[in-house]
Amino acid sequence: MKFEKIESKIAVLPVDNIDTDQIIPARYLKSISKDGLGEGLFRDWRLNSDGTPKADFVLNKPEAKGAEILVTGDNFGCGSSREHAPWALVQSGIRAVISTSFADIFKGNALKNQLLPVVVPADAHAELLKSPWAVVKIDLSAQTVTLPSGRLVEFPIDSFAKQCLLEGVDELGYMLQQDAAIAAFEAKRVGSVDTLR
Amino acid sequence: MKPRTIVEKIWDSHVVAEKPGAPALLYIDLHLTHEVTSPQAFSTLRERGLKVRRPDLTIGTMDHSTPTTSRDLPMLDPIGKAQLDQMTQNCKDFGIRLYDLKTTKQGIVHVIGPEQGLTQPGMTIVCGDSHTATHGAFGALAFGIGTSQVGHVFATQCLLQTPSKSYAIRVEGALKPGVSAKDIILAVIARIGIGGGTGTVFEYLGSTIRSLSMEERMTICNMSIEGGARAGLVAPDDTTYQYISGREFAPKGADWDAALARWKQLPTDQGAQYAKELTLDAGALEPMVTFGTNPGMGIPISGAIPDPASVSDPIEKSDLIKALKYMDLEPGKLLQGHKIDVVFVGSCTNSRISDLRAAASVMKGRKVNPKVRMLVVPGSMQVKKQAEAEGLDKIFRDAGADFREAGCSMCLAMNGDQLEPGEYSVSTSNRNFEGRQGKGGRTFLASPLTAAASAVTGMVTDVRTLL
Repeated sequence: MKFEKIESKIAVLPVDNIDTDQIIPARYLKSISKDGLGEGLFRDWRLNSDGTPKADFVLNKPEAKGAEILVTGDNFGCGSSREHAPWALVQSGIRAVISTSFADIFKGNALKNQLLPVVVPADAHAELLKSPWAVVKIDLSAQTVTLPSGRLVEFPIDSFAKQCLLEGVDELGYMLQQDAAIAAFEAKRVGSVDTLR
Repeated sequence: MKPRTIVEKIWDSHVVAEKPGAPALLYIDLHLTHEVTSPQAFSTLRERGLKVRRPDLTIGTMDHSTPTTSRDLPMLDPIGKAQLDQMTQNCKDFGIRLYDLKTTKQGIVHVIGPEQGLTQPGMTIVCGDSHTATHGAFGALAFGIGTSQVGHVFATQCLLQTPSKSYAIRVEGALKPGVSAKDIILAVIARIGIGGGTGTVFEYLGSTIRSLSMEERMTICNMSIEGGARAGLVAPDDTTYQYISGREFAPKGADWDAALARWKQLPTDQGAQYAKELTLDAGALEPMVTFGTNPGMGIPISGAIPDPASVSDPIEKSDLIKALKYMDLEPGKLLQGHKIDVVFVGSCTNSRISDLRAAASVMKGRKVNPKVRMLVVPGSMQVKKQAEAEGLDKIFRDAGADFREAGCSMCLAMNGDQLEPGEYSVSTSNRNFEGRQGKGGRTFLASPLTAAASAVTGMVTDVRTLL
């Protein structure tokens, strides 16, 4: 799958340090497949205990329909390493998250699932927070976000991750091609445990 | 040669290949797996017709979805049982040694690695679990990965990685009575915030760290992720070597001598550069407790709950208001004396024998407050056995606590051990996120000493009043 440009209205969730337990609670982690995880997305922020939607939660608003970009506070995705978090976001139609920073493991997991973590400077972030449901364009190839005001801001991304997203490179396939180098390294390794002994 | 940090040394000795424009291919010495973050990775192997490249460098355990009730009882949760059954099948199909519920070596993945001598200095260690940094206590570069990467390690024994910067966390001086390793790490995180270490690896240094036991060092390294760091480690020393020596998978004889010679080369060279540094005075620390909904929201036990009125950043202010609302706490008041419903002693942070001894030292001759439910969950079946040999189980049971089988239990409430909505716990685990210990539950993180003291009084308590 190749990553295309995104043009979408933004859903704004102005909370710092949103941890992966909020993105998907642990009770949804008992699945042995990736299916149906969207149901757990922000479950306890999205639904009351009786299962009815919380009207004031951003993704429950009528405008949220079709929004592919989520704008959040600092340090999005902190906490648990569960890849179920990006799986749940992607299954719910989110293709990019814009913030001022991301937790390391979440960022890595997102990039492996065609979910783009976009880091923008504080002033651009402030504009986005003030513009819920405005339309924003993200061009991964050019590494730019077009803000609601029309201003263009650049965002950083690791060049390899970018190439993988744009060209649909299979990371595992790329690693398997380096089998000879791995075997050569293994031949020289010293000191090892043997869990099978 | 340019002086290097221990992180740089481990990195340099594990790079398999580096191509321009791509991350390095880094070799992994030990891959720990459990039932929750591995099934989809095993599915990838099956879909692509791949094997586990090095089952001899891989180990499996059951911990997250695992019941902590008697192993003789049938498992009531069919979905959790299906996950455990799948783990058994996966390990069988791919030739991986599994410590399942029938073995005497089962336990939390970050407790059993060190316990079996699998965790050794200078290693690269990964697990589909963010608390993998625990193994850094041995001078290993150990970090959590996602399920896609679990699949990468299964198939290639490697990961695509970019190097992290080193962040020196120096802790100097002697701890006061009643103050422990857990209080050190909670104080560090309160100081730098939960995103403060993003993009870095913590190296814990200083006289206080040197004086700590391996189990105390594990408690500190374990919560590195709670400060945002990918990993955290302590350079190995005699304390490390003494701990490893004689354990099942530790090197023996001539291999031990060779390993020791290699390990002694690991500590950071004089003059090596750190990207960031922080120094903490251990002597000034009090027992710490969290009041909010992330591990950075911590205060000394004598301190007041922060007031949002004193915070200027608008999002920070609204986050603090949101946290206090969830916790139903009033700014400016003391947390000490707040009533609690549950005490949990356990988790990969604080479930080792020394943690149980600390809690038992407070419980001995005392009773759990009648309004409090106390769970003591050993980190492994070996810890449980040792606790029973020392009579700690009897101390806990006599006090009215529930002494259970090994597992992650109420740290993340996947196995049925959980808080009811609105309940307050004092917990020795690592996360106080909303609903972490059960939907609607509210968590105060603290040390085993503070947890035990609070169990006795039924409220958040300064353990120093009971010493």
